[in-house]
Amino acid sequence: MTARRISGSGASLSFSFDGRPLQGRAGDTIASALLASGVRIVGRGFKYHRPRGIYGHWTEEPNALVDVTRDGRTTPNLRATTEWLTEGMIVRSVNAAPTAETDRSRYLDRFARFIPAGFYYKTFLWPDWHRFEPSIRAMAGLGRLDPDHEPPADAAPVNARCDILVVGAGPAGLAAALAASRAGRSVMLVDDRPEPGGSLLWNETEVDGVGGAEWAGAVARELRDRGQRVLPDTTAFGVFDHNLVALWERRHDQPDRQWRVRAKTVVVAAGSIERPLVFPDNDRPGVMSAEAALVYLKLHGVLVGERIVLAANNDRALAAAEPLRAAGAAVTVADLREGPVIDGVHGASGVEAVTISGRRMEADCLLVSGGFTPTVHLFCQAKGRLRYDDRIAAFVPGEPLPGMAVAGAANGAFSLQEALDQGHAAGGGNGVAPRAAASGAPLSIKPAWPRPGSKGRQWIDFQNDVTVKDVELAARENFRSVEHLKRYTTLGMATDQGKTSNMNGLAAMAAITGRTIEATGTTTYRPPFVPVPFTVIAGRRRGELFNPVRRLVLEAEHRAAGAVFREYGGWLRPAWYGPGSAFEATLREAKQARETVAIFDGSPLGKIEVMGPQATDLVDYNSYNTLSTLKPGRFRYGFMLTESGVVYDDGVTARIADDHYLVSCSSGHVPGVMARLEEWRQDRFDPAKIAIHNSTAGLATLTATGPRSRRLLEALALGVDLSDEALPHMAFADGVFDGATARIARVSFTGDRSYEITVPASKAPALFAAMVEAGRPLDAFPMGSEALLLLRAEKGFLIAGKDTDGTTMPHDLGVRGPRDRRAGEYVGKRSLFTDDAMRDDRQQLVGLSVEGETPLPTGAHAVDRIEGRRRSIGFVTSSYWSPTLGRPIALALIRRGLGRIGETIELVHLGRPLKASVTPPCALDPEGARLNA
Amino acid sequence: MQLFPCPFCGPRDETEFHFGGEAGKVRPEPAGEVSPAAWSRYLHRNANPRGATREIWVHLTCGEFFLMERDTVTHAVAASWSLRKEEP
Repeated sequence: MTARRISGSGASLSFSFDGRPLQGRAGDTIASALLASGVRIVGRGFKYHRPRGIYGHWTEEPNALVDVTRDGRTTPNLRATTEWLTEGMIVRSVNAAPTAETDRSRYLDRFARFIPAGFYYKTFLWPDWHRFEPSIRAMAGLGRLDPDHEPPADAAPVNARCDILVVGAGPAGLAAALAASRAGRSVMLVDDRPEPGGSLLWNETEVDGVGGAEWAGAVARELRDRGQRVLPDTTAFGVFDHNLVALWERRHDQPDRQWRVRAKTVVVAAGSIERPLVFPDNDRPGVMSAEAALVYLKLHGVLVGERIVLAANNDRALAAAEPLRAAGAAVTVADLREGPVIDGVHGASGVEAVTISGRRMEADCLLVSGGFTPTVHLFCQAKGRLRYDDRIAAFVPGEPLPGMAVAGAANGAFSLQEALDQGHAAGGGNGVAPRAAASGAPLSIKPAWPRPGSKGRQWIDFQNDVTVKDVELAARENFRSVEHLKRYTTLGMATDQGKTSNMNGLAAMAAITGRTIEATGTTTYRPPFVPVPFTVIAGRRRGELFNPVRRLVLEAEHRAAGAVFREYGGWLRPAWYGPGSAFEATLREAKQARETVAIFDGSPLGKIEVMGPQATDLVDYNSYNTLSTLKPGRFRYGFMLTESGVVYDDGVTARIADDHYLVSCSSGHVPGVMARLEEWRQDRFDPAKIAIHNSTAGLATLTATGPRSRRLLEALALGVDLSDEALPHMAFADGVFDGATARIARVSFTGDRSYEITVPASKAPALFAAMVEAGRPLDAFPMGSEALLLLRAEKGFLIAGKDTDGTTMPHDLGVRGPRDRRAGEYVGKRSLFTDDAMRDDRQQLVGLSVEGETPLPTGAHAVDRIEGRRRSIGFVTSSYWSPTLGRPIALALIRRGLGRIGETIELVHLGRPLKASVTPPCALDPEGARLNA
Repeated sequence: MQLFPCPFCGPRDETEFHFGGEAGKVRPEPAGEVSPAAWSRYLHRNANPRGATREIWVHLTCGEFFLMERDTVTHAVAASWSLRKEEP
């Protein structure tokens, strides 16, 4: 095809294609600039590497996929037809090397008959698919992903509402928006082109007495003047529940962004897509959609050929002949409704001649139209059903959906006046609909579907290299449903999702199987309508903001003290302090904590207050352990179970007053514990008699733990009697720090004497400084979470979810008392007495000790011979080197574990056999003497 | 993204809600008198209907549990009301 620029005035832009320097103009797409530069081969077929040219003019383009480098950043697989040319743009073809023109894989086409649809399912089974996989993968795929591509700065999605969201600013969409706006309704009008007008931009016509494009501009101005939102360069790519429409707004100087629009009514005026004709070698460069030729002429001043053959089966497409002739091309028209048949195209790398009904004609371009497919994607995503309309040989929306109207070509209305009328009605129908000068001829289409059994290679899906023969093969192998057809042949997959191929594909299948097109049906339409960048979908939710961590009020102080941070249960917390490896630092801190006094930031620990006349009933019901017998001023340790009897969380509860409790839970379980307390409060008790308040965020807790912790507390002088008589283990008292209440609690997560000091978060920095200062003569030091985990494990103190799993019940942890004796209801009670709960071979928490210096690997499986075969009987849940004991320690869930204490068991880890002896979980100070040391 | 009507806060995005369970289940008690089958029904059996359903949901941002009638096929929400009031 000898396409050339015949008019236009945009500024000249330099770009390159496959390394060749070329010139385009401002206002060009990559496609129009390539055409104007005489480039015919823009890519290679996905499978057979046949040369391919530009077929379409917008989102439907199946062939012209390119990798585009702008400002040093490469984006793969963009459609050349929808990307606007910019200065210095580097464009490369995909699936071709070194260039589309000279692709070294072009020999593959000669083997085409050996690689039909599904060939790799059949061919590479023996001896092993994996032997073929690397070389096939190397040949497959499209663009090249740039691993260094760091997308530009994030743009937060915009949430919006409106009465009417109009998708498509063609004649129907403009009429809808205008009617709705004049009726006083809030309107959003979006269109994926930079200018409003849709088909008015390339069809010569008048509306309300002015040129179509001029009318479109005036309507958009009126809408803006009335305060309505008009978004150009914006694609509505998905409809979701309850009329939520997702938009992709492309912006020039800022990152693209997503809109989430909740509309009372969505008007789909998305137009239609021209279908190819199916005939031998219809994939040759130079075979192009007739409408595309008109668009390149009218919008870009590019005439796509000198000697054009226009073959079409409808009046809308045949109308392109006149403007092309007026631009200087010789146009031969083949009206397929009158009987001519395209026998084939000549020219291996592009159209040189065309034979129609036995008559060969020299031509450099073959324009085709098999009709127009209404763009019903959004209607179908919203679960709308289609019906087949014989008059236009296409599927159109069937039963209307509530909250959605479809108008114009998308609804099968191809005459201009009909489109304006439908749009006007969809917009509410107030006033008079815009008038077109000429009402526009009906489509007058006579179907030209693919004919099975015909000779030659006739392409249905250009992007996936699917031919009529492939559809026949699928039918022979009984993949006759369109969904099977799609998956077996890949027809309608990939970036274009069959915008040009689906109708021809299902029509071919209908003809092969002797069904109607309507009975054959379409595949399911799913978002997105076009490929949308992940950065647009993610918005700001990526990197650190993908799942933001919670931060301690003392983060700066910990950093100053040399803390290395890790995430624990959603909180960023000090893992350890100072230099050295994690292992060394953890041992150092864990050892010193048993000798002097460690300062630990326990602020994330849950602090949920339950108050009111029924508070006692609620906390009692919520807990496995009875709490109503607790005296004010005291704590009790216990479990919360699920209704299935499984341990959900553990923690201590304080009774602050008769009708006031403080439930503490694991940091990661705060929302979950809040939710279950609320659930039972509202579902079981009188919600007016209980209040639940989460005070975790407002308070900070610093713990002093170790033999010298009491001396540190004494030095702080908080006004509390620290004698063991006045403040024994599991008791608390309120003191004063810096004018604020400081609750001193004697609970211990380490097994050593410990004091938790809880103050308002605002007092935390001063308290931390005071503790560090007071601790200086005591060799006090800040301790991270890793050492705490080690200290807990030494004592056999479990971590719910780590040392328990989704089956662990309290009696598996040796806590049988409430189950055996507690009267009255509590969450999970009945489940503790099922047959399964009473099995005698349940996994129970035990300790393990090993010979030698090497700790067991966490996750190692304990094994037993069961019926002659080695079976897992449990696994190691926590394992450490204990610096205090000078030997490895471990916790494990082992079947019948409590009955095996003293026995030696076998373990396996990654094929390696290990041995351990079963011990009670507590390895250090089982009598608890250290609590009061 | 569905819109659910919290009886206290009005229509909000579904991400603000958690499913509580099918409405109408009564916890069998006392534990000592509940048959395994009855307990199993309470824990595991759900009608999971196609079409209209009544469910308990919680609006996480205000903490209130409420009843909602909706359609599992069309996702249309018919009504929602507070557990503290008589049904309309």
